[in-house]
Amino acid sequence: MSVATARRPRPKGGGAVPFAGLLWRLPWLRPLLLLAPPLAWFVVIYLASLATLLITAFWTINPFTTQIVQVWSTDNFQRIINEPAYHSIISRTVIMAAAVTVTDAVLAFPFAYYMARVASRRAQTLLFAAVLLPLWASYLARVYAWILILNHNGVLNWSLQSIGLPPANIGYTNIAMWVVFSYIWLPFMIIPTYAALERVPETLLEAAADLGARRWRAVRDVMLPLALPGVVAGSIFTFSLTLGDYITPILVGGAGSSFIGNVIYSNVGIANNIPFAASLAAVPVAIMAVYLLLAQRLGAFEAF
Amino acid sequence: MRFSALAAVAMLVVAGCGSSNPNTGNTLAPPPTASLKPLDKVGPGEGQLNLIAWEGYVDDSWAKPFTQQTGCVVSSKYAGSSDEMVSLMKDGGGGQYDMVSASGDADLRLIYSGDVRPMNEKLIPDWTNFQTFFKNPPYNTISGIHYGISLQWGPNTLLYSTKKFPNKPTSWQVIYDPANKGLITVPDNPIQIADAALYLMKTQPSLGIKDPYELTKKQFDASVALLTTQRPLIKKYWALASDEISLFQNGDVVVGAAWPYQTIQLKAAGAAVDETIPAEGATGWGDTWMLATKAPHPNCAYLWTQYVSTAKIQAEQALFFGETPVNTQACAQMEALQAGSCAQYHADAAGTYFDTIKFWKTPIATCADGSQTCIPYDQWVSAWTTIKG
Amino acid sequence: MEGFWTRMVLRLWAALILLFLFVPIVLIFLYAFNTSNIQSWPIPGLTLKWFTSTWNDPDVRRALTLSLQAGLVATTLALVLGSLAAFAIYRMTWFGKEVVSLLFILPLALPGIVTGIALNAFFSFGGITLSLLTIVVGHTTFCIVVVYNNVLARLRRTQGSLLEAAMDLGANGFQVFRDITLPLISTSVVAGSMLAFALSFDEVIVTTFTAGAQNTLPLWIFGAIRLGQRLPEVNVVVSFVILVTIIPVLIAARLTGSGGAARVPAAR
Repeated sequence: MSVATARRPRPKGGGAVPFAGLLWRLPWLRPLLLLAPPLAWFVVIYLASLATLLITAFWTINPFTTQIVQVWSTDNFQRIINEPAYHSIISRTVIMAAAVTVTDAVLAFPFAYYMARVASRRAQTLLFAAVLLPLWASYLARVYAWILILNHNGVLNWSLQSIGLPPANIGYTNIAMWVVFSYIWLPFMIIPTYAALERVPETLLEAAADLGARRWRAVRDVMLPLALPGVVAGSIFTFSLTLGDYITPILVGGAGSSFIGNVIYSNVGIANNIPFAASLAAVPVAIMAVYLLLAQRLGAFEAF
Repeated sequence: MRFSALAAVAMLVVAGCGSSNPNTGNTLAPPPTASLKPLDKVGPGEGQLNLIAWEGYVDDSWAKPFTQQTGCVVSSKYAGSSDEMVSLMKDGGGGQYDMVSASGDADLRLIYSGDVRPMNEKLIPDWTNFQTFFKNPPYNTISGIHYGISLQWGPNTLLYSTKKFPNKPTSWQVIYDPANKGLITVPDNPIQIADAALYLMKTQPSLGIKDPYELTKKQFDASVALLTTQRPLIKKYWALASDEISLFQNGDVVVGAAWPYQTIQLKAAGAAVDETIPAEGATGWGDTWMLATKAPHPNCAYLWTQYVSTAKIQAEQALFFGETPVNTQACAQMEALQAGSCAQYHADAAGTYFDTIKFWKTPIATCADGSQTCIPYDQWVSAWTTIKG
Repeated sequence: MEGFWTRMVLRLWAALILLFLFVPIVLIFLYAFNTSNIQSWPIPGLTLKWFTSTWNDPDVRRALTLSLQAGLVATTLALVLGSLAAFAIYRMTWFGKEVVSLLFILPLALPGIVTGIALNAFFSFGGITLSLLTIVVGHTTFCIVVVYNNVLARLRRTQGSLLEAAMDLGANGFQVFRDITLPLISTSVVAGSMLAFALSFDEVIVTTFTAGAQNTLPLWIFGAIRLGQRLPEVNVVVSFVILVTIIPVLIAARLTGSGGAARVPAAR
């Protein structure tokens, strides 16, 4: 509730009185003035960039000189819709994003449950900090760590061989990417799930117990549905971040690992086909818009 | 020196480009930067030089002495393909980059988009020692104006693990062989379609492919089909030479298409590899140092060009990368550094060797016979995306 | 509550997840001391030599300087703009609030690559050369969001009655701001700035598209990993980046009680 609309005392004297008086007479002026600089930044730079991108998607390039031809055309979108190569790239990306989301949800839930309902207060704070730490420890560093681990002569193969198993040889495969993605986004899933689980009042579980539900049933029928918004909130991150990523496929992926992000990246940096890259970029944005709508239905925004 | 074959074809590339087909760019008109006067003398260095180069072209072993001599600190951005070089050089280098070591397939695109400007060959003393063809090759000299100074040239080779192939492979077939599934790597570059076409020239003569860069729809589709069958056999498409070096070092691949640079680096690291040019021949590249239209450090750029054109540095680079220098006096220097290298890299008798290499050039719609039925490069790019899937 | 065995299983699971999260990071630190320049396991020995050679590498120092410059400028801009935005949104009561809130979330809601290529397209149309300036513009845009989130959250937890009490005691608007509001939100402003700096220092996805021929530290790392010849230096630099991004976050967490640092995704 804004203080500005409460009973306002007359402003005290001083050189700013006329200005202060103006602010008093027009209470909406102050937030507007405050908002002006950041809003200007966003509109002039960020929104303008997005608009430029959108417009560019409807242009094409001269393939020989790679200069942009500013003639309206829907060629780029038709290409995406018609060519099966792009269908498989998009579906591969979406499937990976889904797989990573499910994996992270499965990994995160018991951990979040432990944090929220079993661990002591002190352990909770420590665990929370422990989960945050990797999150902030440099994305590139963590992907690179996995390159070292999944390497032919890396930790994974060495560990397997020292217990007598054959080497895994999952370097440069989709499996490697799945592992790395799940690793990197896991904290994003843990935190909202934990937040949702923590909010479930113990009284609800007691009531369930009073009604005759055993512990497992109470978890399944009471906690899981209440935790779902948190899981969905976390899934927004895991899904969206996987959808747009291009660095992990380049560093850890193999021959069949072109993601939407890679095709966009190579269209900007290599083919210099910014219009096509822009039209491709519309795909993850559209997918996320749909996903966010679904997430809102499932209550994700209240959870986080 | 019989470079006439390449010269003739390149002339046709230039002449044939002047069609009204909007996809090929108007190359009958003079290039946009033709009227820019080049420097007539080199001033003091600006202290910095930003290069776009192939990996191995700006090694510290000759870049550091250059900095000491001229005060120009060299910073290089390594590109993995001609496409990437063209993209980085857009808008005349963007005021960021000074020079690019572009191959034949990028040169005309750079020239005709106005991203590179004329250079004054008189400022390069060693230019007079260049092999005649490389003084004015059609891919970097148009109407007598030099849009760059030739550098070196070489083939794309077949790199293989000597453990897996104790006998040298004699055919490119090994990179299409299902027996090597999951152990093959090839460059992530649409121009690879030409390598497939080159293979088909010998193995499916009924297709009638004469030039792997001028393909009719039928020939093109056959090449793409070959690469599509190859796709499940590929471990990873290498985008940078170092990707391939890592793959071989880690034992992830045993055979692949490469540059001589990778072989030399791997052998230096003790890897059991070797290279060869199989019976079907090889594609290759002729590189030129071109000056960006908006180069912020043109003096350093000229100083660099002078430096890498000297016989000594030409020899050093040739041995480092595994390519052939354009300076005729480099041969003696190469022999002094590594006996037998002059003959190994054909620096002494380049003529016949030169003719066996199908040099990179930009595919355009106009074929050699003047018909408009050849597949232009933008379709190569989209086909490549489909192949990689 | 839960049965004994359930708790044991959960405890084990939590331990395994923690191992999963931390072992890769610990490995990086170990590799930074690796005597060999081949990155294989097990590590033959430990040495400090890579630290000196990395420090002596001019490319690394240039990249570090650029990262610090970009980070400081972007954080300062974001601090001011983000706080202003938070104040404005906190006080707004008209419908535009929803729209503006959504706008401020966009840089983090949209995939980084979209922001990156949008800015790239914008700069190339505006004829703006890619340089430190464009890097800073890109970083500031999402750093604003981080500061905004933190300050807004803190403002919402502020009791309005404190401000009213101050006014009843005769303070004018400016005095209320200076003596009451500012001290109350200062920790969140600092926390937001710390987080913004960490975000900027580690950023690679958007920076790839807004940097010209220059390298920030993450761009240098990305290039060096691909080129594969200076991997020992990469190990050192990467360890350094981890420390530099974690420490501000720890400070921020202490200031805001952990909740603030969780409010924003980090992988940009």
